Amino acid sequence: MNSALSIAKRDFKTFFSSPIAYIVLGAFLLVSGWLYFSTLVVAGQATMREFFGLAPLLFVFLIPAITMRSIAEERQSGTLELLLTMPLEDWQVVVGKFLAALGMVGVCLVWTLPFAFTVAGLTADGSSFDWGPVIGGYLGLLFLASSFIAMGLWASALSQNQIIGFIVGLVLCFSFWVVDKFAFLLQPSLAQILEYVSVNYHFLNIARGVIDSRDLIFYASLTAAGLVLTTRVLSAVRK
Amino acid sequence: MSPSMIRIESLTKRYGSTEALKGLSFEVPRGQVVGFLGPNGAGKSTTMRILAGFVTPTAGRAFVGDLDVTVDPVAARRLIGYLPENNPLYEEMMVIDFLRFVADARGVAPAVRSARIKSAVERCGLGSVIGKDISQLSKGYRQRVGLAQAILHEPDLLILDEPTSGLDPNQIVEIRNLIRELGQEKTVILSTHILSEVQSTCSRVLIINDGRLVADDSPERLALGGEGGAISVVLANRLGNSLDAAAVRRVLEAVPGVLTVQTADSEGDASLGFLLRYGSEDPRRALFETIVKNDWVVLELHRAQASLEDTFRKLTGSAAAAARKAA
Repeated sequence: MNSALSIAKRDFKTFFSSPIAYIVLGAFLLVSGWLYFSTLVVAGQATMREFFGLAPLLFVFLIPAITMRSIAEERQSGTLELLLTMPLEDWQVVVGKFLAALGMVGVCLVWTLPFAFTVAGLTADGSSFDWGPVIGGYLGLLFLASSFIAMGLWASALSQNQIIGFIVGLVLCFSFWVVDKFAFLLQPSLAQILEYVSVNYHFLNIARGVIDSRDLIFYASLTAAGLVLTTRVLSAVRK
Repeated sequence: MSPSMIRIESLTKRYGSTEALKGLSFEVPRGQVVGFLGPNGAGKSTTMRILAGFVTPTAGRAFVGDLDVTVDPVAARRLIGYLPENNPLYEEMMVIDFLRFVADARGVAPAVRSARIKSAVERCGLGSVIGKDISQLSKGYRQRVGLAQAILHEPDLLILDEPTSGLDPNQIVEIRNLIRELGQEKTVILSTHILSEVQSTCSRVLIINDGRLVADDSPERLALGGEGGAISVVLANRLGNSLDAAAVRRVLEAVPGVLTVQTADSEGDASLGFLLRYGSEDPRRALFETIVKNDWVVLELHRAQASLEDTFRKLTGSAAAAARKAA
């Protein structure tokens, strides 16, 4: 595990030695800040509902941008050979890269905490601010991000090309986000299935402040599937 | 504990329809420094990558110590320090950060980490660049970083894939000295196509061609390339008059042991140069007597060693030609 952590540490630092981290962070804060302040100033509502409503779609774009180089770049520059000839299991490499990307998402989310605190501060005297949905929202975003990162890593492992890593990751994440958007047009049983595989559906459950094991199991399985597939791609590189 | 550090048994590797290794077998005992020679595409890198665990063999087995690299990959990799071809490094990292990362990822205990890094930095002469980004380093320093990375965890076996490629002559000598030093306590296998490198650093040479072992011997023996040799001689007249080339040649051809006489470079008009080939009998004594008897002056006389290069070309060239003919 220590080896996985040292890979995570290195990868996390690497994010900040390239412009990618700052572009991702800047774009994320710009859009989420605009969402937040537009509801606050224009609609006159102190709420984070708009932010949490659109954050999953933001992640559809941002997380593939974070993960696109994780493995593709190492394949291209040849450093993957260094990594894969160390006394490590392939899954340790994958977990390390996963944790680094999760840390990067964490940094993005930490920067949005001031929104939450100002909302709490603007709550009218006498009425108490309900932290449940906010905590649930952040937790839900982390779970959602985990599943997106796992898919993004797989996309990044597929080739030496970061652009391919980004686009495949984007298509995957978007598919899992969009899948239930037109479910209301279908018959209820089919709609239910589509809802179950939608990352957004489970996120909204958690963001309501209700932690249900079914939602957690969904994200855990999606994340695990992505990581297992990524590990298999890495071992195929050795062939 | 197995006495051999590397044992390779009829190793085969296919990439699609091309066969990079065709049943390669050899063994390397502990403590030996082995040069791995062969033309590009002969299968050197593939063999080293299989040993290092980056490539899986199609058939056959490879052992590092007692460990089969496909059965016990992680344990086998723990025994190995590996410098890949082209020496890939994390460009954006500082040298010291990179070495720390490699130590941590390889599981070097935190208690000894800084001591190991310090000793690797000292051995590889990296002290002055430790705070620089790897992308700023010259090729020579990059190669040292690659070597430092490979010896950090004090492995028993060093696998160096073209450690001196792309370096200038000074850097080559430095890296070579370093390898020779490392070879005193470790088993080293290094690939190269610079033949003088093998002569100066290795005690044994393996030449592979087209995925097969074609020679396995000491560099000295391979350099001799079998019996016989050639002597190069430059002669002059004692009085400074010019010699009659045809007459001298006839006399030299009569020297016992000499098989053929060829005209070679001389030093100006007043001297004559010849290349004498001989077989099993060394003609140098007889040659000296002949020269004295004829009252010639010897400006130069030396045994022209058939170089390792000739042997290399002979072994890999003819085999390659035969393969072409067969195809």
